[in-house]
Amino acid sequence: MGMKPTNTSDPDYFHKVVDCQYACPAHTPVPDYIRLIAQGRYTDAYMMNRRSNVFPGILGRVCDRPCEPACRRTRVEDEPVAICRLKRVAADHRDEVKHLMPEIMPSNGKKIALIGAGPASLTVANDLAPLGYDCTIFEALEKPGGLMISNIPSFRLPEKVLGDEIGYILDMGVKLKTGHRIDSMKAMLEDGYDAIFVGSGAPKGKDLNLPGREDAADNIHIGIEWLESVAFDHIEEIGRKVLIIGVGNTAMDCCRTSLRLGSDSVKVMARKPRQFFKASPWELKDAEHENVEIIVNHSPKAFVTENGRLTGMVFEVMEYEVDDKGKITETRTTGEVTLPCDDVILAIGQDNAFPWIERDIGMEFDKWETPIVDKTTFESTRKGVFFGGDAAFGPLNIIWAVEHGHQAAISIHKHCMGESLTDRLPRSVNLETAKMGPNEWSYSNDYDPDARSDMPEVDLVERFKTLDIEVELGFTPEQIKTEVERCLNCDLQTVFSAPACTECDACIDICPVNCLTITANGGEADLRTRLSAPADNTDQALYVSEGLPNTARVMVKDEDLCLHCGLCAERCPTAAWDMQKSTIFLPHADDELAAYASRRAAE
Amino acid sequence: MTSIKKPLVDKHLRKNRHGLTQRDYEGVASTLCAGCGHDSITAAFVRAFHELDLEPHRAAKISGIGCSSKTTAYFLGQSSGINTVHGRMPSVATGAAAVNPDLHYIGVSGDGDSLSIGLGQFAHAIRRNLNMLYVIENNGVYGLTKGQFSASADIGSRAKYGEINEQTPIDPVRLALTLGATFVARGFSGDKEQLVPLIKAGLMHRGFAVIDVISPCVTFNDHVGSTKSYAHTYKYYHPVIHADFVPEENEITADYAEGEAITLPMHNGGEVVLRKTDTSHDPRDRDAAFDLLKNLEGSEIPTGLIYIDESRPEMGEMNHLPDTPLNAINHSKLCPRSATLKQLMDGYA
Repeated sequence: MGMKPTNTSDPDYFHKVVDCQYACPAHTPVPDYIRLIAQGRYTDAYMMNRRSNVFPGILGRVCDRPCEPACRRTRVEDEPVAICRLKRVAADHRDEVKHLMPEIMPSNGKKIALIGAGPASLTVANDLAPLGYDCTIFEALEKPGGLMISNIPSFRLPEKVLGDEIGYILDMGVKLKTGHRIDSMKAMLEDGYDAIFVGSGAPKGKDLNLPGREDAADNIHIGIEWLESVAFDHIEEIGRKVLIIGVGNTAMDCCRTSLRLGSDSVKVMARKPRQFFKASPWELKDAEHENVEIIVNHSPKAFVTENGRLTGMVFEVMEYEVDDKGKITETRTTGEVTLPCDDVILAIGQDNAFPWIERDIGMEFDKWETPIVDKTTFESTRKGVFFGGDAAFGPLNIIWAVEHGHQAAISIHKHCMGESLTDRLPRSVNLETAKMGPNEWSYSNDYDPDARSDMPEVDLVERFKTLDIEVELGFTPEQIKTEVERCLNCDLQTVFSAPACTECDACIDICPVNCLTITANGGEADLRTRLSAPADNTDQALYVSEGLPNTARVMVKDEDLCLHCGLCAERCPTAAWDMQKSTIFLPHADDELAAYASRRAAE
Repeated sequence: MTSIKKPLVDKHLRKNRHGLTQRDYEGVASTLCAGCGHDSITAAFVRAFHELDLEPHRAAKISGIGCSSKTTAYFLGQSSGINTVHGRMPSVATGAAAVNPDLHYIGVSGDGDSLSIGLGQFAHAIRRNLNMLYVIENNGVYGLTKGQFSASADIGSRAKYGEINEQTPIDPVRLALTLGATFVARGFSGDKEQLVPLIKAGLMHRGFAVIDVISPCVTFNDHVGSTKSYAHTYKYYHPVIHADFVPEENEITADYAEGEAITLPMHNGGEVVLRKTDTSHDPRDRDAAFDLLKNLEGSEIPTGLIYIDESRPEMGEMNHLPDTPLNAINHSKLCPRSATLKQLMDGYA
C-alpha cells in the first residue's frame, strides 16, 4: 500500500512546515514579521506580532521561546534564528502605534469580569473590549501585570515596556481595579456579570518542610513571594551568602536578583544532573555569566541554625544511574555536606490555589483541588465561568497564557451571543505564488551561512549598580541585518503539481539538501529508507505527490531539511514546482464576531 | 541559470573514505536550460565519483563543442580538463592518456560532436581501445544552434517547428559494437539508478567504455513527435540488463537466483554484477548484442550494459607505453642526450 497524496489544503500541513509558528502556542507568523523587519517596517512587524501575541515588547525579552528549539535552522546547522531577539527589535524600533489599535465598537451591553491582571486576563480584555464588551479587571496587587511584574525582575523586563503594552489594552476602555482581591466567587457570581474569566495564576510557591525550617523562618524565603516583595520594594537586601534551592527559571531570577541586593556568593542547588534542569538553557547561561555557581546532585536535607539564626544547610550528595533513554534507573546517596549560608530561597515550583472559590456553586474540582476546565473552550463546569493562564492547567508561561486568553475570549463571546462554544471557526490556509518573474521571487531566497548573533549586554560591573538596569541592550543595526537573513522563510512553501512533471530530475539534482526523490510509491516506513537521503526525522512529514504522468512513480519531498531556497522551482522546466507563500488563518474573537454578523445578515 | 548559487549545507551528508561529501565533487553552476538531461548526467558523474571513493583530482575531463561539452565545468571542479575543438576530443584524450596513464579520463561529447564532425575521431579512439570513459549525451538535435536535427535523429522524428527527419540515424551503440568497442552501454538521463553504476563500471573498465546516454533537449526536442523526448523515452524505455558495480573491498551481499546474475571481475579492480531483467541477454556475447538491438529495433529502446569484453589490451599496452606518467620520469631518461641518438643512428648504419 502506497502513501496517499499529501492533502495540501489541510491547514495543518503547511503550518507544520513553518516549525517556529507551529511551535508557538499563539502561532505568531514568525517568518512574516522577520521579513517586515528586514524591510525596516518595524511598526508593521510590531502590529503583526501584537495580533497573535499581544505583548511583543515583553515577549521579545522574556518569552520561553518554544519557537527557537523548533527552528529549522537547528537541523540545518546548529543555532536557531534569534527569533525572540528579533521580536524585541520590532518593539524597540516601532513608531507610535496607538492609532493602529483596533477601533472600539459601541457597547453591546455585556459585562465581563476578569480576575487577576496577568497576561491571560489582559489578552481576553484585548480581544473583547474592541468588540463592545464592558471589561473589568480585578487585581489584588497595586499594579497590573501579574507575574510579569511581580516575578520577572526589572533588569530583564523594564517596567516601562510592561506599562506601555498594558496601557494599550487599558486604553481600550478596560476598567482596572487594583488592590482589589477577590475573596468569594459566589459573591462575584451574584454581581450580574455576563461572564467571568479567572486568570489569577498559580500563586502558591512550594515550601520545603525539613528539620530547622521553623527555627530559621526569617531567612528562608519562598521564591515567587520573595521576587514579588522585591518588585514592590518590600525587600531591599539579602545576606552575603545565598543558596537557591531548585533550578527552574524562577531560581534563575532569584539568584540574579540576589546578586543585585548585596549578595556576593550565590549558589543554585540542584538535586539532579544538568540534563534534568527545568530552566531554559539561555537563562542558565545568563546566570552563570554573572558568576552564579550551579551545583548538581545535592539534595536538601536540613536547615542548620545557631541561636535561632540560619547558618547553613545540609545536603545529601547524590549519584544517579541514567539509561540510554535518559531516564534515571538508580539513585544513591554517597555522603553529606553542609554549606554555610545567610539566606535560602526556595524555587521548587508553584501550585494553583483557589481558597476563594466556594465548592458549592456548581463548579467541579479534580483531586488536586483545581477546577475542571475544558481544553478547547476554557470553560469550567459552571456555565459562564472561564479559566486561562496558569489558573487553568497549572504553571506554563506567558505565551501560553496569551493563547488561553484568545481562546477564552472566543468562548466568552459565543457564550454572550448564545451560541455553541464548540462550534468555532476552522483554521485555514491560503497559498499564493511568490513568483515575480523568471527566477525572481517575492522573498530573499538565498541561504545565508552567518552564525547567530550574540546579544550585547551591559558589562558585569555596571549592571549590578541598581536593580533595574536592563542587562540586554538589543541588537545593533548590523546584527539585525544578518539575523533577519538567517531566517529560512519556511512559509514560502514548495508546492508541486504532478501533471506538469516530465520526470527530468532537474529539481532532484539541484536540491542542496537532497530532500527530493522520484520513486515507486510505498508505505511511509519503507519510503523513508528509499529517498535520496534517508528521512530519519519522523517528526517531519513526507510530501507525496499523485502518480507522475510518464511512469506513475511519485515525487516525494522530505520536509525535514528543506532550505526553502526555491532552486527546485527555478530549475523546473514546466513550473511543476512553485514557491508559494502560505498564510495560516487562525480565528480570534473579532473573526468570530464578523462571522456571526454575516450569519445574522444571511438569515 | 539559477538566481543563487546552490547553498552549501553539508553537515548531514555522508562522507566517503577521503572525508569528502558529494558536494566536493560538484563544479560551477550549470548555465544549461532548466530541465536539460545533461544536468542529470552531471549529477550522475558526481555521485559515481563520490561513491567510488575516487579523489576529484584523479580525473581529467575532456570535451569538444556543444551543450554536452560545456558540462565538464559542472562536475569535479577540482580536476583538470580541456574543452577542445569540435569533434576533436578523442585526439586530445589519446595524447593525454599516452603521457599519463594514471588518471581517469572522462570524455564528454554529444551526438553532434561525436557522430558528425567527430565521427572519424570517435571511430579511431575505439580502434585504439583508448582507456577512457566516453559519454555521449545524445539528444538528437543541435541545441546550441537552436535545434537542427543531428545525425542521431530517427527517421520520422519531428523537429520543434514541424520538419520531419528522413535521413537514416547513426546509432552510436551499434557503431561502437561494429568497430570493436570493449564496453558498450546505453543509459537515460532520467534513470540514475541505472546510469550511476554504468559510469562506475565504465570508469573501472580497461579500455574504451562508451555510454550512449539519451538526454532530452528540453528546449528544442521535448515535444510530441520527437523520439528523444522525456515522454517518448519513458514510454519505450527498456532496461535489458542492469550492471551493479561492486568495489573490491566490498563483498557481494545481494542474493541473486541462479542463472539470474553474472559476476565479472574488472581489470582495474572491483567486479560488475550483471542482472538480467527480462531477456536472456548475456552482455559478453557480441553476436547476441547485435541480435538484441535488431530484435528491439523500432519497438523499444534497449538500455543497460549491452556488451563488455575485459580481455582486450588497451592502447598503452598495445603500444608498449610506459606505465609511469611522463611527468614522473626524470629528465635524463625522458630526453636522452645526442650521444644516445648517435648510438641509435649508428645502429642503422
